[in-house]
Amino acid sequence: MTGPGPDGGRPDKAALVIAAALAVLAGVVFWQTSIMPVTAQYARVGPTTVPYVVAAGLAALAVGTVVSAFRGGLPARERDDIGPILWIVGGLVAQLVLLKTAGFSIATGALFALTARGFGRGPIWKTFPIGVALAFAIFIVFARGLQLSLPAGPLENLLP
Amino acid sequence: MDAFSLLANGLLLALEPMNLLYALIGVTIGTAVGVLPGIGPALTVALLLPVTYQLGNPAGSLIMFAGIYYGGMYGGSTTSILLNTPGESASIVTALEGNKMARKGRGGPALATSAIGSFVAGLIATLGLAFIAPWVVKFALSLGPADYFALMVLAFVTVSAAFGDSALRGVTSLFIGLTIGLVGIDLQTGQARLTFGSLDLFDGVEVTTLAVALFAVGEALMVASKHYTAPEQIEPVRGSVWMTREDWSRSWKPWLRGTAIGFPIGAMPAGGAEVGTFLSYSVEKAMSKHPEEFGHGAIEGVAGPEAANNASAAGTLVPLLTLGLPTSATAAIMLAGFQQFGLQPGPLLFVNNADLVWSLIASLLVANFMLIVLNLPMIGIWVRLLAIPKPWLYAGILSFATLGTIGANPSAFELGMLLAFGLLGYGLRRYGYPIAPVVVGLILGPLAEQQLRRALAISQGDPAVLLSSPAAIVLYVIAAIAILLPIFLRMRGKASMLSQLGGDED
Repeated sequence: MTGPGPDGGRPDKAALVIAAALAVLAGVVFWQTSIMPVTAQYARVGPTTVPYVVAAGLAALAVGTVVSAFRGGLPARERDDIGPILWIVGGLVAQLVLLKTAGFSIATGALFALTARGFGRGPIWKTFPIGVALAFAIFIVFARGLQLSLPAGPLENLLP
Repeated sequence: MDAFSLLANGLLLALEPMNLLYALIGVTIGTAVGVLPGIGPALTVALLLPVTYQLGNPAGSLIMFAGIYYGGMYGGSTTSILLNTPGESASIVTALEGNKMARKGRGGPALATSAIGSFVAGLIATLGLAFIAPWVVKFALSLGPADYFALMVLAFVTVSAAFGDSALRGVTSLFIGLTIGLVGIDLQTGQARLTFGSLDLFDGVEVTTLAVALFAVGEALMVASKHYTAPEQIEPVRGSVWMTREDWSRSWKPWLRGTAIGFPIGAMPAGGAEVGTFLSYSVEKAMSKHPEEFGHGAIEGVAGPEAANNASAAGTLVPLLTLGLPTSATAAIMLAGFQQFGLQPGPLLFVNNADLVWSLIASLLVANFMLIVLNLPMIGIWVRLLAIPKPWLYAGILSFATLGTIGANPSAFELGMLLAFGLLGYGLRRYGYPIAPVVVGLILGPLAEQQLRRALAISQGDPAVLLSSPAAIVLYVIAAIAILLPIFLRMRGKASMLSQLGGDED
């Protein structure tokens, strides 16, 4: 899997971005830990010890990833289609937005329809009702049968 | 009491109708998710955590989880053989020979040898678990916090660095998991860490949310982004599922060898079930009287790895139950399942909850009998699952998977985290970072910190305590070998073998 970088000498850009993300994460962990108020009795091995170690580890991994970017970089990969990803992310956002107001079934139906669209199945006006029906069945089994607390909306309130 | 009477006692409890029902539900769900590509036992156990918490039956829930784990191992082979796409990572090797057999019209015997091999291995390995566990418990009771910390370091190393094609990426995944594990209230001082003042983060990141995001959402995004590849070919099962006399005589030795290889590998903190399957495959290839058949559908190449795969699933339960040490993603999530009922796996579990532990182990024997019935006479039902078109499959998986998160915490915040970690899961997959170390880091990280701080509190902050016991030193030496050996093999040009060993899940 580990082939040479995209073109010979040039560093793998994705690896550099990942290294930067790791460095930022290390910085955030370090900063958040440094502003924690620590009582003297825990001064030696307290709640901040391990976060500092983890931050140091992340920083070291960032450096290691930069080095690897110049030495072959990440495994070769094909170009991914961004379209399907946006449909599915859209589905998750729709579920998040609709959950409180429209209830579990309608929100999850939207996720279902948009995911199916991401995989090339449509049209949404056909898949949406199928998704709502499936989610409604899930609601009946899990919320009524197994007492899992799922948010109810207009549709769920029709149930006796 | 000796192991035998404890096991007999456990068997009586396992045969209670309620426990039988939980086992049956577990193995049925497990087989289904094993068969379906894109959803595995780790994810399934994770999304059932909130449901089982509501049911409030610890023994039953854990029996169900273990049934899912075993069932997933059986079901995965069906997908490998008929679709050439492994249903879960431990079945990758099965696809090599199994799919070739199916293409030659010998799908039936391939399914049979893998199901019967799984049964033989599951039975022997579960008995192995029952007889070894008391010994490990006796040993574990003498371990101090410093030794436990060393054990966990070893588990971190083997899960992240030893296998897979890059130690750097494996350790990066582990540290992402450790960082996520830091979020929330510190158990010993009650101070909030990395919560950014948000009350939603005080309890830390839900295991269910992280697992659903990394496995289900990440996988769906990955598959969707590549969906213009060629359609997959399902091989119909032609002819009889029964094996001929020759099939039997060529299968039984690989079953036993596979069990002998898989069980110890699963039992040692040495990563998931994949390793044993690859080893078993190469052993069978080396020992076969028909080496020319390998690559063209050799039955030994299905029988051995499938047995190894199930034996190592049982083996994984040894460190999980006796030491509280998860060595695979599924085991880590099962540990979270114990924790949600206030149970901590480890030697004390065998003392304080002996009935629960032994009924769990005994129910695995029962589950094995259920699975052989589900996977041989009823194989036709599972084959039909493979025909579900991808759009419906993944839309359904995401609907069910988000149910787990919503059930745990129906808030926009939790779903936002699901989305963020889902994108993380996609990124990890795209750039070749393994997923299992993230999950193990999240769950095992806080436990390792607890042991470290306990050890250092006893020594009043002197770090020398970490190296003060012989057990700890031995464990660190093994960990060092686990890091250095792959580097050595890579330099000798054996990298491709290692990258095959690096699994994704389970």
